Amino acid sequence: MKKTRSTAKPVHKPVFANGDDIQIPVFTLLKPDGTLYAGASETSLDETTARRLYRAMLYTRVLDERMMAAQRQGRLSFYMQCTGEEAAVIGSTAALADADMIMAQYREQGALAYRGFTTDEFMDQLFGNERDTAHGRQMPIHYGSRDLHYLTISSPLATQIPQATGYAYGQKLAGQGHCTLTIFGEGAASEGDFHAALNMASVHKVPVIFLCRNNGYAISTPVTEQFAGDGVAARAFGYRMQSIRVDGNDVLAVYEATREARRLAVEDNEPVLIEAMTYRLAAHSSSDDPSGYRSKKEEEAWHKKDPLRRMQRWLIERGWWNEDEERELTESLRREVLETMKQAEKRRPPALERLVSDVYAETPALLREQLATLKAHIGRHPEAYPRSAPWLDGDTKTEGQA
Amino acid sequence: MSRMNLLQAVNNALDTAMAADERVLCFGEDVGVFGGVFRATSHLQEKYGRDRCFNTPLVEQGIVGFANGLAAQGSVPVAEIQFADYIFPAFDQLVNETAKFRYRSGNLFDVGGLTVRAPYGGGIAGGHYHSQSPEAYFAHTPGLTVVVPRNPHQAKGLLLASIRSPDPVIFFEPKRLYRASVGEVPDDDYELPLRQAEVVKAGEDITLLAWGAQLEVVEQAAEMAEEAGISCEIIDLRTIVPWDIDTVVESVLKTGRLIVSHEAPLTGGFAAEIAATVQSRCFLYLESPIERVTGLDTPFPLTLEKEYMPGPLKVLDAIHRTMDF
Repeated sequence: MKKTRSTAKPVHKPVFANGDDIQIPVFTLLKPDGTLYAGASETSLDETTARRLYRAMLYTRVLDERMMAAQRQGRLSFYMQCTGEEAAVIGSTAALADADMIMAQYREQGALAYRGFTTDEFMDQLFGNERDTAHGRQMPIHYGSRDLHYLTISSPLATQIPQATGYAYGQKLAGQGHCTLTIFGEGAASEGDFHAALNMASVHKVPVIFLCRNNGYAISTPVTEQFAGDGVAARAFGYRMQSIRVDGNDVLAVYEATREARRLAVEDNEPVLIEAMTYRLAAHSSSDDPSGYRSKKEEEAWHKKDPLRRMQRWLIERGWWNEDEERELTESLRREVLETMKQAEKRRPPALERLVSDVYAETPALLREQLATLKAHIGRHPEAYPRSAPWLDGDTKTEGQA
Repeated sequence: MSRMNLLQAVNNALDTAMAADERVLCFGEDVGVFGGVFRATSHLQEKYGRDRCFNTPLVEQGIVGFANGLAAQGSVPVAEIQFADYIFPAFDQLVNETAKFRYRSGNLFDVGGLTVRAPYGGGIAGGHYHSQSPEAYFAHTPGLTVVVPRNPHQAKGLLLASIRSPDPVIFFEPKRLYRASVGEVPDDDYELPLRQAEVVKAGEDITLLAWGAQLEVVEQAAEMAEEAGISCEIIDLRTIVPWDIDTVVESVLKTGRLIVSHEAPLTGGFAAEIAATVQSRCFLYLESPIERVTGLDTPFPLTLEKEYMPGPLKVLDAIHRTMDF
């Protein structure tokens, strides 16, 4: 029954509550060695989905290793790895319909990999070249895909969470049985937008799944300095929302929890909060060095819980995967990433026009004037603008001919 | 045609938009069965149901975040912020999200369907927090469109255009005019153009530029000036950004003089932007410095509101200063 103030039982001495009497367990199926826990029920994951899922995890790991190295070589300005959190991100994505919306934070490239974002698309965005669909306007890793129902990433934290509630409200009215999954870190869950989003979703019964990747750190700030309560999962109670805590490095548990969350969201219009307990094995970003705030020992302990190895063992155990296949796929993915990167970094930058288009549906007169002024300036100092000056010649010719 | 006040015109525009397109949704604090604290959304829930017109929890950042998501999904949200003074918790969603949605995604996603309505401006003894005119904050953010209507006819036509615009619009409604401004409003569905200023009255000697409730003020000043033989041209900017430079410049090239008047404080107000642009385009045609008649650089006061406000006499004084320069 719904608890409201009007149905609360009266007491006649002060009774305080802090929620300590509610313990939220961790749902887990797969042990770190890849075998099932005693009493763990069989998964509903079929072979095709399981292989697709694992392939995306492996792809993400390969992509992250290669691109982090590229950043260290000075070929890329910035990078962020999903390493250690692949099961939480990709396991949840696999439990959705491919037409469900995903609104992520910035560390969820695995979701895109699962849905078929191509290596070309990854590279064109990372290098912000002329083929980047967002025309080199955002820092690396700010991917987006309309076809794959993946909202373009925005750097400010948690802004996508109330947007997910609104998007899912629209999906509910459209009545086509779709939902929205929004993914964010435990640090972002401290933002006001998180609380606004959960409250509104619960009040308006919106088909949205809130997936928190609790990876232990918000850059350097540990969870002990982020919140005093029982993690993020407990916050759902204040909004009377369904909540579950899951082992985020256990792909089967993440998959099953998200599958059931999706059923609640789509069939019952019940929003769900999932807290996936995981660990960011890599640095926050290419600009971060975690040795200043956490120990090697702690990192090594989590390496033993690596979600990839755990799933790999389970797959091999079932006869759905083998080590030869793993080696061949890893090698071919490495080649693909490297070759595609070499091409992408050589491509031209976006045309100068891309600086002013898409601010509005139709570019205002004043902005067109500003572009003309800029072009004239670059025309006078082409040596100072080596990247865009070559475009200028092309543009001028085109305009002259027209 | 029906005779109605500005509030009824807003209500009529929302009703018209919701009847014409079932994707249009109206929501905000107290917007549902109560119809909004000013009654701008009266009877909309009754007519269109709770799914399309509803109350939200009291959380502006949530309202605009939710509205951004809805617009990205393809709905046409019209979100109400109860007072423009309370829009600031949503500043991040508006400035970092709404304004950049199309640009940052290379037009893969946009929130063009979004309109945020907010009662705005002073003159109702509302003190600090029921009086402010925050248009300049938003004018500084490329991607946003800011619109302010001056009367009921304008309110309906501009609001319908804002709701259907391919860009997100912040629509500030001068609340002093909600019941005070009454006029004939077409019953039909019609739109007035965004990004276009309107020459409300032609004149020869000086251009007076304003928007919203301030139009009435400069009109009163112009009447007094006309008695002294000064011919004033009056322009309603209507869309604050992107603004109609051509109409303003054309007028100043003719009159050689410009006064810009707004209720918001002087420093960093949108009049400063207009003055800078006009002086660069009309430098050799100017007969006198461009004047600004605005609120003071203070928080919006209560008891001394009349003294703070850029009233008709302050505008008249500026007209004389400019003419006598």
